[in-house]
Amino acid sequence: MPYDPSADVIEVIRHPAPNRAAGAYRVFGETLRGMKTTFARVVEGPHTIQYPEEKTPVYPRFRGRHRLHRFDDSDPAHPGLEKCVGCSLCAAACPADCIRVVAAENTPENRISAGERYAAVYEINLSRCIFCGYCEVACPFDAITMGHDYELSDYTRSDLIFTKEMLLAEPIERTPLRGEGE
Amino acid sequence: MIALADVNYFEPWWAQIIKALVIFGVLFAILPMLTIYERKLLGRFQGRYGPNRVGPFGLMQPLAEIVKFATKEPFRPTTSIGFLFRLAPMLAILTSVSALALIPWGNVQHIFGTRFGLYGIDVSVGPLYVFAMSGISFYGIMLGGWASGSKYSFLGAMRGAAQLISYEVAQGLALVGVIISAQTLSLTGIINAQQGMWYIVPQMAGFLIFMVASFAETNRAPFDLVEADAELVAGYFTEYGGTGFVAYLFSEYVNMMVVSGIATAMFLGGWHLPGNPSFPGWIDPIIVFAKMMIFMTLFIWIRATLPRLRYDQLMSFGWKVLLPLATLNLLITAIVVVV
Repeated sequence: MPYDPSADVIEVIRHPAPNRAAGAYRVFGETLRGMKTTFARVVEGPHTIQYPEEKTPVYPRFRGRHRLHRFDDSDPAHPGLEKCVGCSLCAAACPADCIRVVAAENTPENRISAGERYAAVYEINLSRCIFCGYCEVACPFDAITMGHDYELSDYTRSDLIFTKEMLLAEPIERTPLRGEGE
Repeated sequence: MIALADVNYFEPWWAQIIKALVIFGVLFAILPMLTIYERKLLGRFQGRYGPNRVGPFGLMQPLAEIVKFATKEPFRPTTSIGFLFRLAPMLAILTSVSALALIPWGNVQHIFGTRFGLYGIDVSVGPLYVFAMSGISFYGIMLGGWASGSKYSFLGAMRGAAQLISYEVAQGLALVGVIISAQTLSLTGIINAQQGMWYIVPQMAGFLIFMVASFAETNRAPFDLVEADAELVAGYFTEYGGTGFVAYLFSEYVNMMVVSGIATAMFLGGWHLPGNPSFPGWIDPIIVFAKMMIFMTLFIWIRATLPRLRYDQLMSFGWKVLLPLATLNLLITAIVVVV
């Protein structure tokens, strides 16, 4: 195919060049328009979120730090017992291999969970967790769910290994939840 | 010996010293507040708060920064020329502060039986002195940029030099209209000539030219090519840290104050208010400062609004638009005054 020089020519549409007086007037007017635009931002007020004091609300299905759950104290069948039965399905589903479950038998004197067995050790290494939520899907008893906490920094790696007691406890600070249509 | 300028001294020597100390002390207390004012206002223009962490409303921010800058290790590149590298920021801040002495803050007052003029000095060459000082302050920029031994600094300094010659002419010519109308070069004389009408009304063109040229003069956006941070890192003060950087930063703010003060004195009637209401004399500096703050706010507002000009645009604007306009303004004023 022969080279066609006209194919490389790009058509640029330019506004008609203003004469001197019109150009000066336009520059002045456009500057004023720009100043009006920036002043409108002052009137609008800041849009920033003052983070440590003010937190971004999360959506209800936001996947934050995990939480383990108990039955209600008012539950007729098993009041206050842990939902987790130590089946290790979450550990099996975990792609990052960050969950460690060691199960033990419930005894009549020492009943911890609703099932036959309970989790004697339940640890999640949050420095490895990828927050995919597969554990939540795998759990047959809805014992583990993804919570709303997203402030998960710490000074040492070992502090990021959350034990069963930490996962069962209520979060110290509630993460604000986004309302309908927010 | 020929006197180059008449200085209207009527205070005793100790009053001169007190005035110098008060002006220097008060303005250097205001200066950090100006930096925080600029940053907070700039934040508002951009839909954010600006610094608000240190102290109440972030007002302690400048203090924290001064401590930070003052405790930094002084360093210089191996390619730099040590003596000039240290001298340049001092030159910059010294000339800015010298120009500050001219700003008239108030009329002559009688305090403790002595006549005090509420200004540093009242010279018969007022604006010329300011231009001389701002001209020398570019030596601070050029020497600093050149002595740093770095390409970015050098480019910034060269731009500064080119910007100076293309804008100082227009700025000077814009003021000549006012000087012709007032028939005096003394800034207090010019202010007292504005009791009837501020010169911003008959000298509107001169005012606009002066303001545009002042943006270039103080290296503020949209003419901050000297420190164009997108292209030249930081321009002439790329290699400066710690106190040298603070000296340059403060000299920029002092220059802004000088330009605002000159604009206030020459165009906005200094300490006069419309209708000349009679206030006690100590109100005068507050009126002048309020008028200066209008200009400061304008500087910041423009900085938040306009993008930086290209280098050739800046030069052609200075030489092809501002200079002919200023000359035309001067000619028309001269004809009107004579006829």
